[in-house]
Amino acid sequence: MAVTEASPAGASHAHEGTYSGGLLSWITTVDHKRIGVMYGVSAFFFFLVGGLEALLIRLQLGSPENTLIDPDLYNQLFTMHGTTMVFLAIMPLSAAFFNFIVPLQIGARDVAFPRLNAFSFWVFFLGALFMNASFLFGGAPDAGWFGYANLTSTQYSPGMRVDFWVIGLLVLGVSSIAAALNFIVTIINLRCEGMTFMRMPLFTWMTLITSFLLVMAFPAITVGLVLLMFDRMFGTLFFNPLAGGDVLLWQHLFWIFGHPEVYILLLPGLGIISEVIPVFSRKPLFGYAFVVYSGILIAFLGFGVWAHHMFAVGLGPVANTVFSAATMLIAIPTGVKIFNWIATLWGGSLRMKTPLYFALGFIAMFIIGGLSGIMHSSAPSDLQQTDTYFIVAHIHYVLFGGVMFALFAGMYYWIPLVTGRMLSERLGKLHFWIMLISFNVTFFPQHFLGLHGMPRRTFTYESGLGFEVMNLMSTVGSMLLGASMLVFIWNVLRMFRKGEPAGDNPWEGSTLEWSIASPPPHYNFRVLPRVSGRDPLWAEDTSAAAPGDDPSVPEPHMPGPSYYPFVTSVGIIVMAGGGLTLTLPVVFLGVALILFGIYGWALQPLEH
Amino acid sequence: MSQTDAAAMEMHSATGQPNRKILMWAFIGSECMLFGSLIIVYMVYRGKSLVGPYPEELLNIPFITVTTFVLLMSSLMMVLALSAVQRGDMKWGKIWLFMTALLGLVFLGGQVYEFSHFVHEGLTLKTNLFGGSFYLLTGTHGAHVAVGVIWLLSLVFLAQRGRLTQANAETVEIAGLYWHFVDVVWIVLFTLIYLLV
Repeated sequence: MAVTEASPAGASHAHEGTYSGGLLSWITTVDHKRIGVMYGVSAFFFFLVGGLEALLIRLQLGSPENTLIDPDLYNQLFTMHGTTMVFLAIMPLSAAFFNFIVPLQIGARDVAFPRLNAFSFWVFFLGALFMNASFLFGGAPDAGWFGYANLTSTQYSPGMRVDFWVIGLLVLGVSSIAAALNFIVTIINLRCEGMTFMRMPLFTWMTLITSFLLVMAFPAITVGLVLLMFDRMFGTLFFNPLAGGDVLLWQHLFWIFGHPEVYILLLPGLGIISEVIPVFSRKPLFGYAFVVYSGILIAFLGFGVWAHHMFAVGLGPVANTVFSAATMLIAIPTGVKIFNWIATLWGGSLRMKTPLYFALGFIAMFIIGGLSGIMHSSAPSDLQQTDTYFIVAHIHYVLFGGVMFALFAGMYYWIPLVTGRMLSERLGKLHFWIMLISFNVTFFPQHFLGLHGMPRRTFTYESGLGFEVMNLMSTVGSMLLGASMLVFIWNVLRMFRKGEPAGDNPWEGSTLEWSIASPPPHYNFRVLPRVSGRDPLWAEDTSAAAPGDDPSVPEPHMPGPSYYPFVTSVGIIVMAGGGLTLTLPVVFLGVALILFGIYGWALQPLEH
Repeated sequence: MSQTDAAAMEMHSATGQPNRKILMWAFIGSECMLFGSLIIVYMVYRGKSLVGPYPEELLNIPFITVTTFVLLMSSLMMVLALSAVQRGDMKWGKIWLFMTALLGLVFLGGQVYEFSHFVHEGLTLKTNLFGGSFYLLTGTHGAHVAVGVIWLLSLVFLAQRGRLTQANAETVEIAGLYWHFVDVVWIVLFTLIYLLV
């Protein structure tokens, strides 16, 4: 696989028409690229909402015995911060990349089920609004993003707050499972000619693995949530200890979902890093097969370690030992990947562009998060750290220092493909440095706060415990971290006015998404590509992989727009609202809308 | 989902299998985890109820054996329906599809009778852990049967209107995959709930 400097032969003029059309065209679109953009924009909006909640939390903790935020609001803020970042920011940001990039990377014109894809987006978006609407109706969920029983019982959590959380997560689960099923079929079945599994780009591989994790893990939390909903609405006794109910059953169901969920959040990021590093090192990925198999192994082991979230509940020495050992095992495939990235960089001809900055930042921060993870994989050590700020520091090193750095690497890498314009390198690097420094100022001290015994989920702390300085540092850091997002937003806005045209394949990437114009035409590939190896655009002969947008070939027919997916998702939200308030007529209205949507959908031809 | 997703987009299939069939298999995988989790809940709470009525006082094994037999026979009807549609015999295709749905309805009727009998005997969702976990597990299965019945009747309706023909045998095959899966789940539930009481 020789590295050629030439950009692929096939690409041609930009297609601004991909995004034209009014609001209605966005509501009815089934184009994976437009759906990807909608996922990206709305997920970034909720990322800012979750960030704002975090900043309020940090403001409250900036000084001891602060009264800025009362305990009740504080509980809502940390619950919604966790829920929002996991379900409404990181997962849909990954989904934005799945949608936009995966069909292009495998040389397909769309996903396998374009209307199901639109449905997934609208259920996510309306579900996210539903969840946040709780702020307007008696307060947001306040029992933690993990919702431990029996704090969530009607006795301890009266009102609708927890109901919003339960029903909101059930709705979001529908969206996630539908999207994951769609991507499983898309990746298995729509790969272009010659693209065997072991030639697939790493990001597509990680999307496939993530999708399998989603369809396997979400049912567990769905069942947990249904039990909780029945307890709260119909008076069942599942989590009522007085009637023999077992509160630990919730923790098991939640973490059987929750730990694979960690890899659902992480693996897409690992995929992005495995795309960015080779392109900016001008070398094929070192040990491709090892990276793929490590990803599979991480996902597999991820199902067998859930009880490491429960070391402190007293499962006994045997269970704790087994889950400790299994958890430590995960360090092996993860370490393999890190070594592979470093080996890819080693001896490469590095192009120090913004995406690579974020990828390198990812590696460094993710290693720190991984190391603190190994520390509490040991049950005795974890007993000291459970429920302290040490855990908060750890999860932010893996989810922000890890996943968000990777997602930003992906944004800087692929936004030129999405919009056809380049982001500013200068602002991008400014964003990187502010984010890297302020991230560490915010979260590094929290390791020590935790080891010194500062509990998490507590709205304040007394003065004189030695927590003041490090909390103040953390608060100042978080404000700067928030400011770094403004630099990014400014960079994006500036791009639309002054951004350089991206041209075709601005980074000289090796994968098929770069073989077409930026932004891509609505049909992606006029002639479907054919590949005969990994890194098809770095091959000696790219004519089959990039057959070009030959205007003499007629434009492929693409599926027409449909409003049924939107109608069906509205029906689901109406039903959720009826369930929340236990008003049967509203539930029936929702069911009627869903039935109307599904039948219309099933009977509507795809082209019209 | 439409019958023409793949065709309309000139998409080839990398595996030779239709998209919708892979979708249904993946969905069944996800459903296995759903029923698996519900079964775990039921098994964890077996024998943990603090007050009666207890399962051994209520469960009527002969009665459920009959409805189980009915549901299993519906799978046979489904096989016959698919075979008829595949060879283009839409008359018998419709009859067997309708019979499948009918036997599904008989099973559901049995479940309604069983539930109302149990409620009459004093077992509700709120009575004890057995009540909650039993109704939730068998109720979820019943909801799946109900969805299947609606699906099958829709296919009969489409066939009646001439919109389901031999060319759409795949549509029937996929409905069949779902229907057989729901039957298999019942075999597991029948064993765990009734035979091992």
